[in-house]
Amino acid sequence: MKAFQYLNPKTLPEALAAMALPGSVAYGGGTNLLDLMKTGAATPDGLVDLTGVQALQSITLDDAGNLRIGAAVRNATLARAPLLRAHAPMVAEALLSGASAQIRNMATVAGNVLQETRCPYFANPDAACARRDGGQGCDARVHAGREHAVIGWSEACRAVHPSDMCVPLVALDAKVELSGPEGVRLVALSDFLTLPEETPNRRNLLGSGEIITALVIPAAATALAGQSRYLKVRERTSFAFALVSAAAAVQIAGGKVIRARLALGGIAPKPWRVPEAEEAMVGRAATPETYRMAAEIALQGAAPSGDNGFKIELAKRTVARAFEWAAADVPGLGRDLPASVFDTIPEA
Amino acid sequence: MSGLEFVVNGAACGVALEDPRVTLLDLLRDRLGLTGAKKGCDRGQCGACTVLVNGARVNACLTLAVALQGAEVTTVEGLSEGGNLHPMQQAFLDHDALQCGFCTPGQILSAIGLMNEGESGDDVARVREGMSGNLCRCGAQPGIVAAVQEVLQAHSSGSR
Repeated sequence: MKAFQYLNPKTLPEALAAMALPGSVAYGGGTNLLDLMKTGAATPDGLVDLTGVQALQSITLDDAGNLRIGAAVRNATLARAPLLRAHAPMVAEALLSGASAQIRNMATVAGNVLQETRCPYFANPDAACARRDGGQGCDARVHAGREHAVIGWSEACRAVHPSDMCVPLVALDAKVELSGPEGVRLVALSDFLTLPEETPNRRNLLGSGEIITALVIPAAATALAGQSRYLKVRERTSFAFALVSAAAAVQIAGGKVIRARLALGGIAPKPWRVPEAEEAMVGRAATPETYRMAAEIALQGAAPSGDNGFKIELAKRTVARAFEWAAADVPGLGRDLPASVFDTIPEA
Repeated sequence: MSGLEFVVNGAACGVALEDPRVTLLDLLRDRLGLTGAKKGCDRGQCGACTVLVNGARVNACLTLAVALQGAEVTTVEGLSEGGNLHPMQQAFLDHDALQCGFCTPGQILSAIGLMNEGESGDDVARVREGMSGNLCRCGAQPGIVAAVQEVLQAHSSGSR
């Protein structure tokens, strides 16, 4: 591992000053970054440990009812927070479906957003990877498989964003609060994470010297809290990344959909959301046929990037089932967490 | 580089850290002679290095020692009291919850972490889910789950 300087600021101004040093990278739980430093895929000159900054540790509701989650809050802490369970339970469900208990105890929410793809060529500095080195190569071009994208990918990169947490966050219009030398700004999470296109090494909109200081889930999310689910399909029941996942929320009145939210994970370089799919559901009967129709719209343009065409149909079926789960959810009641694909659809 | 002051298995411990690259796992095994935590994958995937930091289970291989100023670390060497095994250690013996034993210290610390979290009860599906960060390549999971369930059962009936 390349040598680095370790800095542990206690305040936000100290953190920003440390981030201004050349080669500095923000450090949270280390569960992804330290691993990549061991393989040689990441070579920071300095780690700025943000977990000691008190201002980044809180989970609060503001006067307008927006839920603000400090960047250094651990995934396990957030998943158990009563404020989150009431505001956006499918985010808790997604968090608890991710990684292992040990890793959830360590990983921070900002690190969850900024974590790198688990494409094996990204982690291996001897492999060609435009996402890592900004060149033209991509060893996944001829070796893409079940862990690679089927939508939103480009000739330069087939990587998938691996987060579970970000999928329901994108569905709920969550924002990223960024602080840097230019001040503070709020960016929609769905814009913050970018598609690879021609420049896959630009993976998000983080500016030089900037850090994530918080995630914000808008107050409007609470209206969907009672009928929302995160469904993750993976190759073993626990401690595996999603082959495909879906965050689905649906408000129903008189048997008809009045509002829907949908985002997919495991299939694209960022959580995949297609507003047209949600809009097309409005006014239609809350039935499996409607959910399937939304899935068809959400996956329009999907194409295998290798030996992974099965993920397209799997994604559609996952969407339909996630909506069935969401529709059957009992508003105001807690539920067993986390979800398993082997669970039966609960009785409405 | 300044020294690291922390608590290991209840005893204050000071270590000179000349390089921030040292992980908690390497510090425990190579500097402090505590070889209970095992280096399996060294990438956070196998759980053999699981220890408690301030009561919460973590992967020692992905924890930088330099970040642990003032922390309390518990390893398998710190579980017994006055020659009496921790109930989780005893349950692993009673249920024959190991074959080669390489993953066992991590399994036991992870199980104690699960108990501290207090959410699984003795529900078998939740115990399995809660223990998924610890691999056992010998296939001793049935015994492991039974051992953990037994302790969680006794723990929850005792605390209610």
